Amino acid sequence: MTRNALIARLVKYLPLLLLAMAWEGASRFELVSSSALPSLTKVAQAWWDLALGGDLVENGAASLWRLAAGLAIAIVVGAALGIGMAWWRPADIALGPLVEMFYPLPKSALIPVTALWLGFGDGSKILLIAMGCMLPVTLGAYNGARSSERVLVWSARSLGASKLRILRDVVLPSALPEMLSGIRTALAISFVLLVASELIVARAGLGYLIGFLGSNGTYDSMFAVVLTVAFMGFVADRMYLLIMRRALAWRD
Amino acid sequence: MTTISIDRVRHLYRPARGRPVLALEDVSLEVRDKEFLALLGPSGCGKSTLLYLMGGFLPVEIGSISIDGKPIAGPGPERGVVFQHFALFPWKTVRQNVLYGLERKGLPRDEREATAKKFIDLVGLSGFEDNYPSQLSGGMKQRAAIARTLAVDPAVLLMDEPFGALDAQTRALMQAELLNIWRASPKTVVFVTHDVQEAVYLAGRVVVMSARPGKVKAIVDTDFDKTAPDVLRSPKFGDMADHIWGLVKEEAIKAQMGRGV
Repeated sequence: MTRNALIARLVKYLPLLLLAMAWEGASRFELVSSSALPSLTKVAQAWWDLALGGDLVENGAASLWRLAAGLAIAIVVGAALGIGMAWWRPADIALGPLVEMFYPLPKSALIPVTALWLGFGDGSKILLIAMGCMLPVTLGAYNGARSSERVLVWSARSLGASKLRILRDVVLPSALPEMLSGIRTALAISFVLLVASELIVARAGLGYLIGFLGSNGTYDSMFAVVLTVAFMGFVADRMYLLIMRRALAWRD
Repeated sequence: MTTISIDRVRHLYRPARGRPVLALEDVSLEVRDKEFLALLGPSGCGKSTLLYLMGGFLPVEIGSISIDGKPIAGPGPERGVVFQHFALFPWKTVRQNVLYGLERKGLPRDEREATAKKFIDLVGLSGFEDNYPSQLSGGMKQRAAIARTLAVDPAVLLMDEPFGALDAQTRALMQAELLNIWRASPKTVVFVTHDVQEAVYLAGRVVVMSARPGKVKAIVDTDFDKTAPDVLRSPKFGDMADHIWGLVKEEAIKAQMGRGV
């Protein structure tokens, strides 16, 4: 990294540093009650203890598994649905209105529903995330696939491509940019659904841990887990952007 | 032998909204084996529509179009197409674009790579094989598209204003190179353009089309020796271009009036 890039990065994260300092100061000098906002150093200490005790790893692993499984289902089913609807008109006619109806539904409303169906374990969280994250992927894939240019399809046909080939070689790549944006939205929703459902009905997971620590009154530990989840969401988004940029390297 | 017979073709263009428009009216035309034929006319005269019908992209509803006696049923690799806006696969590199048709042909790998290289060299794009279309200039994109189409060795080449989106200098260079490529290995070419000079320079016959609905107004023989470097300034070229411009002008004016400009 060049010197300028290093400085640019420092400047970028400066507001974060200032916020951390304000937090520490506000708590230390009792500008706010230290139980409502434990100082950052205390939170860091609590985080360290949680990490050493294994609580963080154990619950973190449970959460990550639910997230990954739910998202994987959402992406596979969502993309297939979106491209299928764009490609085959009867599917569009049959499923289009349903997609439009369920798209604006607040996904957290499904938490009790999935708990009723699959109980308190992993299954209900995975189903919730899969259902809640599917439609943004579907819409992205649908809009992207429908925007595939006529002349590209024509080119492929005149070069000897079969219908299935065109689906794979023209429609799918045309859908990719919008579909990948849809997946990014899904990624953000998945974290919301994960923590919300674990707070309400769960026996493991980071959301569960936040709720448990909060009701025990160990607020420094609770904040430590909250910050962990925030950091995980941030890292996941950054990593995803990196993948997305690489997959779309052909664009200018 | 590859000839295209167009017999009394009418075509209705049906826009998503509004009334259908008669794009082609009773068009009959014989494209001869290995000739370079230009379809010339004002914009909106249906010349591109006629090309798309030959390509099999649009259905022939009234009349018939056949190649060597067989009616057209959809696109096929024996008819290569070059579009005005290149229509390269943006997610594929130049090499991958050129390889695409060769892969569909099921050629062995070595042969595919060798053929792709040959045609990339032919259009002067060696060194840019691994570039994506977004990294190329307009002229280079069209070179890549031409290489992709020629690589599958189609019997017929359908070109839809292929140099229309290029600047004047690039266009002149590409015209000369296309002519050289065609002379070296003649194919049946149908070349759509609204540029009189381009039509006279490239084609052996120029079909002048009338304003909407498109009809064949005249067919002019433009086959003479154009190999001299200053052919564009020769009296013969000038006379021929003037004559054709006279035919096109009326139609261009009609087309303008028709649009209420």
